[in-house]
Amino acid sequence: MDGDLALLLNGIVSGLLLGGLYAAAAAGLAVSFGMLDIVNIAHPALMVAGGFLVVLVGTALGLDPLLVAVLLAVPFYFLGVAIYTFYHHFFERRGDEALQGLAFFFGVMFIIEVGLVMSFGPEQRFLDPPYAFITWRIGEIDIPLRMLAPALLAMAAIGALWVFLRRSFTGLAISAVAQDAEALRLMAVNPVRIKRLAFGLSVALAAIAGGALVVVQPVEPSSGQVFIGRVFAVCIMGGMGSLPGCILAAFLFGVVENVTASFYGPSWSPAVAFGWLLVVLAVRPQGLFGKLA
Amino acid sequence: MSGASLPLAPAPAMAAGGRRHLPFWLGAVGVAVLLFVALRAIGNDYGYFAGYFILQYVVLATAWNILGGYAGYVNFGAAGFMAAGAYTAIALRKATGLDLLPGIAAAASVGALLGLGTGYLTLRLRGVYFSIATLCLAVVLQTLVVNWDYVGGSRGAYIVRPREVAPFTSYGEYLFLVMLVLAVLAVGIARTVEVTRLGRGLQAIRDNERAAEAVGVPTLRLKLIATALCGALMAVAGAPLPYYSGYLNPEGAFSLAYAVNAIAMPLIGGAGTWAGPVIGAVLLGSLQQAATVTISSALNLFIVGWMLVIFVAVAPRGILGWFRKRR
Repeated sequence: MDGDLALLLNGIVSGLLLGGLYAAAAAGLAVSFGMLDIVNIAHPALMVAGGFLVVLVGTALGLDPLLVAVLLAVPFYFLGVAIYTFYHHFFERRGDEALQGLAFFFGVMFIIEVGLVMSFGPEQRFLDPPYAFITWRIGEIDIPLRMLAPALLAMAAIGALWVFLRRSFTGLAISAVAQDAEALRLMAVNPVRIKRLAFGLSVALAAIAGGALVVVQPVEPSSGQVFIGRVFAVCIMGGMGSLPGCILAAFLFGVVENVTASFYGPSWSPAVAFGWLLVVLAVRPQGLFGKLA
Repeated sequence: MSGASLPLAPAPAMAAGGRRHLPFWLGAVGVAVLLFVALRAIGNDYGYFAGYFILQYVVLATAWNILGGYAGYVNFGAAGFMAAGAYTAIALRKATGLDLLPGIAAAASVGALLGLGTGYLTLRLRGVYFSIATLCLAVVLQTLVVNWDYVGGSRGAYIVRPREVAPFTSYGEYLFLVMLVLAVLAVGIARTVEVTRLGRGLQAIRDNERAAEAVGVPTLRLKLIATALCGALMAVAGAPLPYYSGYLNPEGAFSLAYAVNAIAMPLIGGAGTWAGPVIGAVLLGSLQQAATVTISSALNLFIVGWMLVIFVAVAPRGILGWFRKRR
């Protein structure tokens, strides 16, 4: 096979696998930002905090990072519930979301990042499961398990969330609160309770994304900053509240970023994220798959 | 205000007070001269160092307030704009040998263009998109600077500063005076914006953008003017930074501390008034300077983060708002 073609094919495949990680990171945001209209810019920081806890617990107990991440999703759910309760009480109830609420999440992001530096130091942390060093080869194409396992976990988590949103009463209520909270109130469902639950789920997803992140690459306290552009770009491209759109956008984004990285060098990849975000905002703010309002 | 004005009519009194430009400028210059004379009397270089630190935040917080406080559009990219100013100064010096003052002028134009560009692409949408874009802007500018070897790349750049400038006893004194003038100008500009049609239009946008648009406020144009002003002032705040520290690397220039302070200071002081950011900057700036000297710099950032969260939750109108409510 031609060298450039092999490079391109490998770039596409590993881009798709990387897209799995991005999907995990962006799916939580699709719930909080897309459905609940809560601009949680602390989401990537929560993901990195989850990654650090996965390293800590996984190293102490000798467990697989992805398993730890799934277990960690439970306490993170309650953390999300607590954050939403605070946010609702002080900002959403007063109608102060736009300025003060946004500043609140920025403060939370900052506290998490500085807190991580203070408790773990600025160094990189990693926890490699044994399968991280295995790479399957199909013809000229490499499939590293380091990338495949997190991507599969992400797909499973998002799939479960999607089924929950489509099949269960509570899940349907979450979709309903995204459309019209007032109408939901008329159906005798408390929109605040539903939003609290949904926000908890979105933070739980951040824990799973954190575990996936640890398997893919070492984490450091400032890792979240690079992810802000990526996850918001993916979330907006995917049409905000749509999980299938989010997954498709994440795959596309991963491929574009990875192909750019393999042809122009990896130090340019954050610029790709921002460029995409600006183009999407300027040209198609309703997302690649969204309909015009 | 004459004795005939009624105590129950605050709005006309405020408008009348707003038009009195001369007393404000005289007062501001008076305060600045007093500060300078006092520090000169003390004659300690650390005084200038700490004074510069606080004054750069006065400029930064005031700049944030023009867009965030009046129009309600949150700019998370203060660090990015500031670093853009700092690196403009470095690049200009390397390319042409021009030093501080031309560097500040160049930084102002680069910052304004950067603000205008980001604003033009995102300000037609809801405010959060602008905020997200500014958040990413800092990361991307950092990527560019790290890859740009001409200004030192990730290794950073040194600036050998002159030992002294003619009439001043030390270069620190000169830098302090430059920043003092910039701070007075910035606060003056912000106050002028506040009391003119531009500020009224921005406040209308903050309160209800659709209604403002409907009564004929040219919302996009006003927002773009505010973004350009905000970006220019932020870059100006950063331009003397390499001269101040003598060495600048991307990590220091793009430090999140600038971004969080630029937001925390106006919100804690009282966003949407020209005095709020000044109060917040002096308060938080001196607190941080004291904490850096006595404790550690990581801990003092932690404190600023918590103060921001607690203040926006408990006192959403800041110190000034709290004061007004009590009256």
